[in-house]
Parts: sequence; C-alpha cells; structure tokens
Amino acid sequence: MDFKEYSVGEKDTAEEAEFRREVCDFLDKNLTPDVLEKILQERDQYYEGRPHAREFGRKLGAKGWLVPHWPEEYGGLGRSPAYRRIIIEELSSRGAPMGGGIGTSIVGPVIMLHGTEEQKREFLPKIARGEIEMSLGYSEPNAGTDLASLEMRAISDGDDYVINGQKIYSSGAHEATHHWLAARTSVDVPRHRGISLFVVDLTSPGVTIRPLLTMAGERTNEVFYDDVRVPRKNRIGEENQGWSYLREALGFERMALSGMVNVRRIVDELIQYAKETEHNGKPLAEDPIVRQSLAQLAIESNIRRLFGHRTSWLMNKGIVPDVAAAIAKVWGNELDQRVANAGMQILGLYSQLEPDSKWVPLRGSVEHLYRFAVHLTYGGGSHELMRSLIATRGMDLPREPRM
Amino acid sequence: MDFDLNEEQEMLKTTARDFLNKECPKSLVREMVNDERGYPPELWRKMVELGWLGLIFPEKYGGLGGSFLNLAVLLEEMGRACLPGPFFSTVILSGLFILNGGTEQQKTELLTKVANGEVIFTLALTEPNASYDATSVEVEATDDDDNYIISGTKLFIPDAHMADNIICVARTKKGKAPEDGITAFLLDSKSPGISRTVLKTIAGDKLCEIIFDKVRVLKKNIVGELDQAWAPLEKTLQQATLAKCAEMVGGAQQVLEMSADYAKERMVFGRPLGSFPVIHHYIANIMMDVDGCRFLTYEAAWKLSEGLPCAMEIAMAKAWTSDAYRRVTALGQQIFGGVGFIEDHDMPLYFKRAKAAEVTLGDGNFHRELVARQLGL
Repeated sequence: MDFKEYSVGEKDTAEEAEFRREVCDFLDKNLTPDVLEKILQERDQYYEGRPHAREFGRKLGAKGWLVPHWPEEYGGLGRSPAYRRIIIEELSSRGAPMGGGIGTSIVGPVIMLHGTEEQKREFLPKIARGEIEMSLGYSEPNAGTDLASLEMRAISDGDDYVINGQKIYSSGAHEATHHWLAARTSVDVPRHRGISLFVVDLTSPGVTIRPLLTMAGERTNEVFYDDVRVPRKNRIGEENQGWSYLREALGFERMALSGMVNVRRIVDELIQYAKETEHNGKPLAEDPIVRQSLAQLAIESNIRRLFGHRTSWLMNKGIVPDVAAAIAKVWGNELDQRVANAGMQILGLYSQLEPDSKWVPLRGSVEHLYRFAVHLTYGGGSHELMRSLIATRGMDLPREPRM
Repeated sequence: MDFDLNEEQEMLKTTARDFLNKECPKSLVREMVNDERGYPPELWRKMVELGWLGLIFPEKYGGLGGSFLNLAVLLEEMGRACLPGPFFSTVILSGLFILNGGTEQQKTELLTKVANGEVIFTLALTEPNASYDATSVEVEATDDDDNYIISGTKLFIPDAHMADNIICVARTKKGKAPEDGITAFLLDSKSPGISRTVLKTIAGDKLCEIIFDKVRVLKKNIVGELDQAWAPLEKTLQQATLAKCAEMVGGAQQVLEMSADYAKERMVFGRPLGSFPVIHHYIANIMMDVDGCRFLTYEAAWKLSEGLPCAMEIAMAKAWTSDAYRRVTALGQQIFGGVGFIEDHDMPLYFKRAKAAEVTLGDGNFHRELVARQLGL
C-alpha cells in the first residue's frame, strides 16, 4: 500500500508544483471572495439559476481544467490524474464548487467508453469546455430506483428516433443544454434489454420543462417529451444495450455524489465555531460532548476521503468501480446527513436560522445541508438497493428472488 | 497511490496465512485460553524460525529491518487467526520500547534476544487507575544507593505470569509536568517481592496483576535514561495502538468472510439466508466498517513507515476501529444466530477479542479526545 499521492502538496513533482502555482494564481484572480460569495448564495436561488457558478465553470473549462486527465483531442490536457487532484484540492480548500458536473463526471466517461469516434469528437470537447451542460433524464413518475421499469418510448423513424413520455427529477434541466436520456427502444424483450441512451438537445421542439421546488430550496424539473425527434447519431452505444452502459453511468454518478458535499469544510467551520463561541460562560470547544462529536465527524470525513481515493484509484487503473463506488456513495451521503445533524445540535437554537436570516451562523451552510442531504440517501440509487448491490457483488451473496 | 499490497507484502501475507492455518487452528486457540501458560512453545519456536519476532527491528540488532507496513500485514494475519501468546507483549510493547528508548548496548543485547526468541518480555505500564496517560503512572521507585526500590500495583499487564523479564514503568520524580520523572526498569520477573496473578478476562488472554513489594532493582537496569522514559513510551504506545488496529482489521475481515459464507449456505424459509435484503444490508455494513478500519489503519501505517507525522491518524484509526470491530462482531453474531452463541463456535472468539481490543490501549472516547486536541479543540 502506498498513499503518497494523497498527502496534499507534499509530493508534487516540480512540474506539478508549477501547475499548482498556476491554478492558485488563476483562482486568486477569478475566484475572488466576492465571486465565491455569489456562487455560494446562488445555492438557494430558485428561478434565477446559478449564473456565477456556471460562468466560473466555463472559465475552468476554457483552460481544460475540468478534465485535465482527458486526452487532448477530446478537450483535455492529456495529463496524469495528479493534475485533476491538484485542481480539486485547490478549489476545495477555497470552499468552491468543483465545476463541471454531469457532463464531465458521468456522460463524458460513458461516451469515452462506448461512443463512436465521431461522437467523441463532437461531444467530448464541448463537454470539456463546459459548452455542453448535461441534465440526467432517468427517473419517471413510475420508475425511480427500479429504473429498468422506465416507460418513455423511443421509436426508430428514418434517421431519427421519435420520443414520447415524461421524466422527473431532472435537476438542472432548466439550465442545461442537453439531456442524458434513457428511453425504451424495444418492448418485446425482457425489460433490461430494451433500453437505449441518447444525448438530446433540450431546445428540440416538443420538449417542455416544468419546475418542481424541493424542500432544500432548489429547483428540479419534470421534462415532457411530445414527439421529439432525436437524430440516430445521438444514440450512444448499441441500440437496446443501454442498461449495461447505465450501470457504468450509475457507478460514475455515485462516485460524483459521494463527494458532492464538501463535508470536511463544514466540519472545519464547526470546529472554528466551537472555538469562538461561548455557551454558559465557556467555549463550546471545552464541552466533552462537542469535542467527541467533532472528532468523530473528522474521523468519518477521513474515511470518506479514503473511500473516494479508492474509487479514483480503480478508475485510474481502467476499472469501472461498482462496489467501491456504491460504498463511497452510501458512506459519503450518510455522512452528509450525520454532519448536518451533529452540526445542528452544536448550533442549538441558532441551527434553525436560514441562510439569508439575520443572526444566521456559518452562512446557514449547516441548516441548508440539513434540508439538502435528505435526498442523497435515495437519489442516485436508494441506499437499500446500494447495500444489496454491495453485498451481492462484493461478497457474492445471492440476490433476492424475483416475485 | 496504491490500495494493493506490494509483492513483498503479498508474499508475507500468504506465508503467514498458510502457516497460521496449519499451525494455529481454532482448536489450539481455545485450548490456550484454558492453558496455564497460554501459549504453545512449539509454535513460538517456528515463528522465530520465520523471523517474525525480529521483523521490525533493524538488522544491526538481529532483526530483519522490515517496515511498519510489513509488520501491520503480519499482525493482520495474527488477528485473523486469534494467535495466542506473547508476541504483542514481547515484540510490540517491550521490543519497540527498548528500540525507542534503550541505550545502544541494551538494544544490541536485548533486541537480539527478542528476535531469537530467547526471552519473553512484558511492559508493566497500567495501574488500577486504568489509563494510558502520564499522570496515571503512580507506582513509585525510590532511590536507595545502587538500587531503586519499587512498590505498588500494576494491572492489566499482558503475559506477566510467564514473562522472563518485566519492564516496569515507575515514577522516580514528581516534577511539574506529569511526563517528567518517569523511568523504566528492567526486572527479572522472579525478583523477590514480585507476585503475579492471572486475571480472568473476557478473552482469556492472560492479563495479570503484578504487585511490587519493595522490589530492589539495580540502577544499571534502567532502560534508557532516568526520568526520561515518557517520550519513548509515548512513541511506543502510538506504535502499539496502531499494531492493535492491524490485529483488529484481521479479526474483522475474518468475521466478514465467515458471516458471508454462512449466509450463502444456511437455508431459511426455503432459500439462502443471504438472499434476504436485510442480510445484504448487514453484510454491506460490515464491509464498510472493515474497509474503514483497514484504510485508516494502513494509511497511518504507511505514514509511520515513511517517517511522516501521524499521531492524529493513529488516534483516528483506533477510535474508529475500537467501535467498528465491536459492531462487526455483533452483526456476525446476529447472522449466525444460535449456532454462533455456542462456546465451541469461532464467533465467540472474535466477539470477545473485539471487546478486549476495544478497551486495550485506549477506547473510542479516549482516542476521540486525542483527535479533538489534534484538531485544535
């Protein structure tokens, strides 16, 4: 075993250290406290969207920094995974969102594995630059974690498919340029064998996007398809083989979800808060219960970090992580809830204040996480299903017999 | 970055597993719980031949100069096998203390003996106050010409009943700081005034009470320097804590594998127990706990091997592993049901050892407090 790539900064080669300086210079100029504050405030904005976060993402994309590990011909820099780690570390240490998103973390890797050369050249560089922004079109009103029961139909018609049906929980669809869509192309076969995947331009005639407001204050969407024509060349991979690509895509999504909330930063903020805040005449940091609670969260954040590194390590070896990604997801997203819960307990009466309220501590990040983290233990695959996946694929336990 | 073992470590792991499967069956483990000495000398001799007792010591002291990471691999296999005997007390607690705090002459002489299996040592640190910090060292050694005279009680001392020598940690001075004025003495365990009693413990692992009644020890038998034992002792405790974590990882891994195998074979309501989602969830929870213990432990062991600071990482590993190993064995018991409750089954060995390991060298609360201090709280 060897953990040296993950000791921050310590083991940079001369070239990597130079790159880190370049990233820091760029962030100093482009991620000023003012810009960061705007990005963080956008979290709760419902209809306005997130113009600052997206603009910043495109700036990173223009430099190839969303995907420095992708080959140059597909919009990356052709660098080692260490360069991506450096960017993530520097963004994370400033509390900034990671940039990129569904396109770079989920759709791009699937196109890289299963797209035609033409598709790679068409889509990947635009995803890398942040010009194509993706939203997921998986869930339907009657198909959630049991995704293979999806009903949206795509019928072949000349050079196109004609698509009809409804998707739900397509977060970001109102801002995205494209939908990463799973639809049924064959009905006379077992349900897992009739699904295909498409990249759909969301400005196509017949697409209607309607908002749904979540309890976290964020917008998600319903997306209706009414005779939408999608060119055949936008189908990724073989027709009817979409389920096998979806399994990989879900693995990539779980990796992304597991690290979506920068909980270590929130733990650090809580530590700082405990040191600076007096309660009953003495610092919170002297309360043994608070000390135990924060130490435990720091330990659990460390485990989350290691689980994340394991999935990246597998990816870098060319292995698509399924069990490791599911473990990282279950662990990471349940930790998000534990951090939120413990944080709220430490904040006491102040915990109930919303991000834009007078007197709110820590910009309301804990209160927001408390509402937001609720969906993370079923979004991207319910944790009940994830645990069954971990046990059946990881330890070879028998699956539950189908009814 | 590599989550796999390297070739050398893989080889060590395979050798250790094969050897222990053959030489240390569970029947022997159970027999040793009731055995007066608690270890089989034959097995000990074979471990000497394999070089295990000197693995971690530098070559100039008769060892193999192995890294701490390699030692962790070996300890993991020992924990998996529930290996009985004084490896931990002799090599880890005493050997590493001598390496950290002994004089050059003591290292040369004593570590060579340890590596060759010529002597069994134990380290007498804890007392009836049952803690691992410097303030808890209350047994006094008073200066008397060429000697020191030690009086008081040491408690929870592993393998003291059969150790040839005891390294007794005692207070020789009451300084301002509790860390100042602590000295380690090397004693013949048969010295007049020493009486030893084996305690009856949950794991049957030969923890002892040692009563020192005006025991005389020559000044030349001070290990390292007078009054200055705490610094090397603290380092030793950190290493021993991590070593204990590695053992626990091995035990937890074995419980995972046993439980999963059983869940696949056992039929209930006409189908395998392991096809019920609730059992999937138990197994998944065990896997996450085992992986968490493993990665925290091995990252800390890697840092220790590289000479990087790792006090916080070690405290994190023990805090987590203490609780996680206990949870793992509790779920294992639930999966096995009644059959795992029978004393002759393997589950009780792990269930009991998990609790013993949890409280040894500091439990979850103790190490979380250390983590809190490292976090600046």
